[in-house]
Amino acid sequence: MNILSFLRPKSTLPTAEQAKERLKIVLAHERSYASAPDYLPRLQNEILQVIARYVELEQDKLTVKLENFGSTSRLEVNIDLPKTAASVAVSPANQADRTSDDEATAADDPATDARAVS
Amino acid sequence: MGKVIVMTSGKGGVGKTTTSAAFSAGLASRGHKTVVIDFDVGLRNLDLIMGCERRVVFDFVHVINGDARLNQALIRDKRLEHLYILPTSQTRDKDALTREGVERVLTELREQFEYIICDSPAGIERGALMALYFADEAIIVTNPEVSSVRDSDRILGVLQSRSRRAEEGLDPVREHLLLSRYDPERVERGEMMKVDDVLEILAIPLLGVIPESRSVLKASNVGTPVILDPQSAAGDAYRDAVGRFLGESLPFRFMRPERRGLFQRFLRRSA
Ligand SMILES: Nc1ncnc2c1ncn2[C@@H]1O[C@H](COP(=O)(O)OP(=O)(O)O)[C@@H](O)[C@H]1O
Ligand SMILES: [Mg+2]
Repeated sequence: MNILSFLRPKSTLPTAEQAKERLKIVLAHERSYASAPDYLPRLQNEILQVIARYVELEQDKLTVKLENFGSTSRLEVNIDLPKTAASVAVSPANQADRTSDDEATAADDPATDARAVS
Repeated sequence: MGKVIVMTSGKGGVGKTTTSAAFSAGLASRGHKTVVIDFDVGLRNLDLIMGCERRVVFDFVHVINGDARLNQALIRDKRLEHLYILPTSQTRDKDALTREGVERVLTELREQFEYIICDSPAGIERGALMALYFADEAIIVTNPEVSSVRDSDRILGVLQSRSRRAEEGLDPVREHLLLSRYDPERVERGEMMKVDDVLEILAIPLLGVIPESRSVLKASNVGTPVILDPQSAAGDAYRDAVGRFLGESLPFRFMRPERRGLFQRFLRRSA
C-alpha cells in the first residue's frame, strides 16, 4: 500500500461524475418547481394560515408541490409539525372532539403527509 | 419566409456570440441569405467579432424607434455576399426593445432573409426573453460545467413555456444542443463531464461539439468568425454543426484527445 494513499480523498469518484450526479439531483428538484402553476405560492400561504389557527408552524415546515403524471397531477402537501404541537391547542377551533387515539398517532408521526389527487 | 434561430444559454460567456458569428457566416458561405442580430443591448459585441465595428451608423434600436430604416442599419459583410449584420445599441438599455418593435423588424427580415440568427444576451430576463420569444429554432450553447448545464435547463423551460410558439400553442421551438469549449483531454482524465453526461441531463438533440481552441481568441482578435479559419478545429466543428443543421448526417469529431507525438505537440504549440 502506498504510504501516501491516506492523503487521497475517500471518494474516488472522478469530479466529472460528481458534477453529473449533483446536476441530476438539483435539476429534478428545480424542474418540478419550474412547471408549478403561479397560484402555488398563494395556495401554500393560505394553507399555512389555516394551520396556524390550530398550531404554531414555521413557514419552512410546509411544502406544497404539484407533480404531473400523464393526464393527472398530484398535489402534495407536506407539513412537519413540531412534536409538542400535535397536542397543543392554539385556538378554540381546535376544541372539536378529538379522541386520544388521534393524538397518539399524531405524536408518533410528527410529519403529517396529506396527499390529494386531482 | 425566413427562419428565426436564437442562440441562447442563460449563462454568460459560454460562446453564444462566437456561435452566432460562426453559424451566420457558415450558413451564408453555403449560399443562404442570412442576417445576424445582436440582442445584447448596451453591451454591443457582435460587431467586433464580425469585424464590422467601424461601419456601424444606425442600429437595431434606431430601427425599432423609427429613427432609421432597416436597410440603413443592416451592414453587409465584406467577405460573404449573403451575410448581413444588424448591430445593437451601445448606449441604450435592454428596455429599448419592445415586443412590437422586435416583431416588426423580424417580420420585415423574414421577407428578405432565409435565416435570422438572434444572438441573445445572458440571463433569463427581458433581453434574453426578447431574443427567444419569436424563435422557430433554438441553439442552446452549453459548456460542460455545472452552472452552464443548469442554466441551459432553465432556458429550455423558458422556451417551452414563454416563447411565442408556446404561448400560441404552435409547434414547439425546435431545440438543438451545441456543447462548446469541450476539452477531450480533461474529459479523459475525469475532470470534465463528457458529451453523453450532458446529453443525458438535458435530453435534447446534439447539433455539435466545439472543442476548446486557441483559434477562437485569435479569430476574435482580428474580427473574423472562426468558421472562416480553415486551420481551426473549432472552425471544422462549427462547419460540421452547420452541415447537420441543414440536414446532413456527419460523424462527430474532436470528442477524443488527439494522440500526438512530442514533435507534433511542439509544432502545434508554435502554430
Ligand atoms: N471553443 C472555444 N474555445 C476557446 N475559447 C472560446 C470558445 N468559445 C468561446 N470562447 C471564448 O469564450 C469567451 C466568451 O465567448 P462569447 O462568444 O462572447 O460568449 P457569450 O456570447 O455566450 O457571452 C470569449 O473570450 C471567447 O473567445
Ligand atoms: Mg455574447
